[in-house]
Amino acid sequence: MLHIKCPHCGLRSQNEFSYGGDASVKRPELNKEVSDQDWDNFVYLRKSQRGKHLELWQHISGCRQWIKVERDTFTHEIFKTLKANEEV
Amino acid sequence: MSENFRIEKGGLINRNKKISFKFNGKKYFGFEGDTLASALIANGVHLVGRSFKYHRPRGFFGAGVDEPYAIVQMNRNNEVDPNVRATEQELFEGLEAKSVNCWPNVDFDIGAINNFLGKFFPAGFYYKTFMWPRSFWYKVYEPIIRKAAGFGAASIKHDKERYEHKYEYCDLLITGSGPSGLASAYAAAQNGAKVILAEDKSRFGGSLLTSEVTIGNQSGQEWAEKIISELKSMPNVIVKNRSQVFGYYDHNMLVMSERVSDHLPKTEKYIPKQRLWYIRAKEVIISSGSIERPLVFGNNDTPGVMLSSAAKEYLKIYGVLVGKKPLVFTNNDSGYETAIEFKKNGVDPIVLDTRKDPNSEIIKEAKQLNINIKSSYVVVTAKGYKKVKSADIAKISDDKKNLSNIENIQCDCICVSGFWTPTIHLASQSGNKTKFNDEIDAFIPSQSKQKETTLGSANGIFTLEETLKTSFEKGSELSKQITNKENNVSIPTVVEKKSSNHDKFWCVPLPEGKNYKRFLDFQNDVAVSDIQLALREGYRSIEHVKRYTTLGMATDQGRTSNLNGLQLVSDIENKVVPQVGHTTFRPPYSPVSIGAIVGREIGKHSKPTRKSPMHYWHEKNNAVFVDAGVWLRPRYYKQGNENLFEASKREAKNVRQNVGVCDVTTLGKIDIKGPDSAEFLNRVYTNAWLKLPVGKARYGVMLREDGIVMDDGTTTRISENHYHMTTTTAQAANVLSHLEYYLQLVWPELNVNVVSSTEQWAGAAIAGPKSREVLQKLFPDLNVSNEGLPFMGYMEGNLFGVNAKIYRISFSGELAYEVNVESDNGNYMWEKIMEIGKEFNIQPYGTEALSTLRIEMGHVAGSELDGRTIPYDNSLDGLVSKKKDFIGKRSLSKTAYIAPDRQKVVGVVPLDKKTSIPEGSYIVKDAKAKLPNPKLGHVSASCWSVEYDNPFSLAIIKDGKNMIGQKLFAMSPLKNKTIPVEIVSSHYVDPKGERVRS
Ligand SMILES: [Zn+2]
Repeated sequence: MLHIKCPHCGLRSQNEFSYGGDASVKRPELNKEVSDQDWDNFVYLRKSQRGKHLELWQHISGCRQWIKVERDTFTHEIFKTLKANEEV
Repeated sequence: MSENFRIEKGGLINRNKKISFKFNGKKYFGFEGDTLASALIANGVHLVGRSFKYHRPRGFFGAGVDEPYAIVQMNRNNEVDPNVRATEQELFEGLEAKSVNCWPNVDFDIGAINNFLGKFFPAGFYYKTFMWPRSFWYKVYEPIIRKAAGFGAASIKHDKERYEHKYEYCDLLITGSGPSGLASAYAAAQNGAKVILAEDKSRFGGSLLTSEVTIGNQSGQEWAEKIISELKSMPNVIVKNRSQVFGYYDHNMLVMSERVSDHLPKTEKYIPKQRLWYIRAKEVIISSGSIERPLVFGNNDTPGVMLSSAAKEYLKIYGVLVGKKPLVFTNNDSGYETAIEFKKNGVDPIVLDTRKDPNSEIIKEAKQLNINIKSSYVVVTAKGYKKVKSADIAKISDDKKNLSNIENIQCDCICVSGFWTPTIHLASQSGNKTKFNDEIDAFIPSQSKQKETTLGSANGIFTLEETLKTSFEKGSELSKQITNKENNVSIPTVVEKKSSNHDKFWCVPLPEGKNYKRFLDFQNDVAVSDIQLALREGYRSIEHVKRYTTLGMATDQGRTSNLNGLQLVSDIENKVVPQVGHTTFRPPYSPVSIGAIVGREIGKHSKPTRKSPMHYWHEKNNAVFVDAGVWLRPRYYKQGNENLFEASKREAKNVRQNVGVCDVTTLGKIDIKGPDSAEFLNRVYTNAWLKLPVGKARYGVMLREDGIVMDDGTTTRISENHYHMTTTTAQAANVLSHLEYYLQLVWPELNVNVVSSTEQWAGAAIAGPKSREVLQKLFPDLNVSNEGLPFMGYMEGNLFGVNAKIYRISFSGELAYEVNVESDNGNYMWEKIMEIGKEFNIQPYGTEALSTLRIEMGHVAGSELDGRTIPYDNSLDGLVSKKKDFIGKRSLSKTAYIAPDRQKVVGVVPLDKKTSIPEGSYIVKDAKAKLPNPKLGHVSASCWSVEYDNPFSLAIIKDGKNMIGQKLFAMSPLKNKTIPVEIVSSHYVDPKGERVRS
């Protein structure tokens, strides 16, 4: 079980969090033309990365904040955790 | 039966307390402090089971977790406990155990024919033989193999034992209470660190209990006792025996199973059987010691052949002789320690040492005791079937290739020592890159990935002096980094006998013309010849060899077999062991019962049960409950002898005719506040929200980005910047996370806050043509007329002294209102409604009637919004705004979503107006078509229409809108039913929706 440092609450066990996928995905802006390809890529296409991965987690049983976690998907090492509005 | 093999004095057992027990139906006696194994050996019982593949007789090989053979099935409190090691099971009054792997019994085992058919059971036998003909596998081969193999039978009854889970955090977790564990724990505890010291056995002290050493002015055993009692008295230390740390997971999370009452005759009420500890440790010290390695020779699996360390342990701890004519076969000095113990207890051993000219303090002592020592000697083969009767021994040449002077000597046990293997399982699990140490022919931990340190013999250090020194130092150093305190402890002086070098020899060659089976893996019946065959057949990777031959698998996890297996592969391949590498060690290190893993989360305890504030009223009024997510909801209220069908029909009818009341507390509720709330809702829902006036509710549908309907519900504008959203019971938590996701990550510029208020409000839906009259009486001061409180209107009122919110919304399709009060007032509200509604024939209705009402009205719910449908499928086109953008809108223009024959919700009525259509049935054109019959869709929900008094279902079918009026078939292969049906509009009752607006 991972140990994740919530930037708001501190170090907590994984079972307090829920996983939210790739944090680098940007939703296309509202009311803007989006090609079929771009939209499909946004909705469906995700890299199954081995190694460093910036991902979203929600501290669901804690402060309920969505946070960013930079984690190695192979070794599970967590390099850093960030608030939703912070960039790596 | 009397105990013939117990020495008169000595050992750590309590000789004042005699204990009776049964093994394979026969009654024996032992003492308190015995294990099942030690008590059986004391009684001369060495035959305890049959082997996995060849069903060869099995005895005892070890004395603890190292035991590969003696696996028994326990009978305890009328519960079956399979897969228990007799060497670990402590004796208690009335214990009952039996052998596994033998049928019909241990003395006469039919499967033993496999032994004589041995040449038909080579490596990979199962893969090769039973694969043809293919159809035979499931029907013929597998059931037979399953019956003949396996380590006991699991109970098919519900396990009544209680298991617990516990979470713990500590500075240092120390696994094993031998010298390294005790010294490091003591040093760390002195520095104020929070320490957990876990010992797998019942007694603390590890090797100190059986070795002849002096620490300070005490014996090893006395020193261990002193340290343990000191540790136990310290508030910052948790000391646990019978506790096996079996798994090392990510981020220094370890799991330990504590056998809380496995050693007790009967579980007292509220004493768990086992407790699983999840421990997050800042540092881990692995002090798991080492396990003696077997030597490989002919028939080395015969009962009576065992590790010399085990023989010593039975003698020193349990006062039990494993034999009276022992042969000790060793390649190092450890065998001599065992021989000396035999001699001290009046038994004359013969020592065979593979070394030519060994010399050390211990050997000197053995010689002084006149022990018969034969150098450059080996055991060629054990003789005897169910027990060792003699051994063929021989002189071995200096190059260890040739045998000479083969002779047979009488003996009743063979104690083997092939040097020591550090127990590196936990270190390896942690990700440690282990390395091969040539000096000890074994792997030891090397580069850590996590915060772990291995000490003592687990790290390949076999002298007590160095073990204590390094362990005191490491315990102090690691704890100081955490606590910033240092209380130096002085390292005691140690007196121990120096050992000489061991011999790297481990496998006795076969004498000419002989083909003895020489076993490597005792649990899985893997012999030298099996590995040779696997390599001849081209298997190279050690991971493949393992799977093909089963070497190092199952509960034994290669504890005794691993290194000899690797040695053999290296020898054949002409490689060195480190090149071959070892297989991956995986948790658990030793078996853990499924019950312990599940813990208390069984049945109703697998998730919390939520009850509405009106729950006890429902209970008192004969409600039959149903699980709705985590909630318990009344399914129907039973009157007299009614069944579900009759009761729900009565309740639904009463709503249509008079008035009913339904507990809707479980609906998800989300409070939304902030100046940008309207804009936010406008983006979240598919329909327009900017112009919703204060005091009005609106129905809304929200999508996922892929266009699939996520949830639906009503949201009411309470005041300018305050909204009250409702969600379905099932999706409440997901919707909240969804909203938070968009507010925190996608549109952080929106000034909106959301919070769950599901548990803050109790809700009652009052529905039916007479509901307005009930409402008027509940709120006499309010104008609840159709003009005063129109459809989708909202009002606040005072319900006999408590604040209430009134929403004119309807799920049943009737004129209806939802009244919410603070949860604490829920029951009060409910009783008032029942009291006031009496004159209007009000009746409570449950989820079954609720479903009936919504299905015949064609209102879609969870069974249609099933995560596979878009708004158009559910005829919600009118709610999809063409003008504005919203979550998931872009997906709705996908080709498949706008296809003209896209699936749609329709109504289904059986032609005979009698036969109910099972939910999940397929809709097909031709009931007699060839299989697979192309399906048009499926029946999502079924009810008995109370309006028309015939069955009615909803279905989602291809080209639904053009199917109205068609005669098709509903087929349920599960229920073996084919029902001719007609497709009708999903809005079966009141298609224009006049009632809700009346
Ligand atoms: Zn947090």
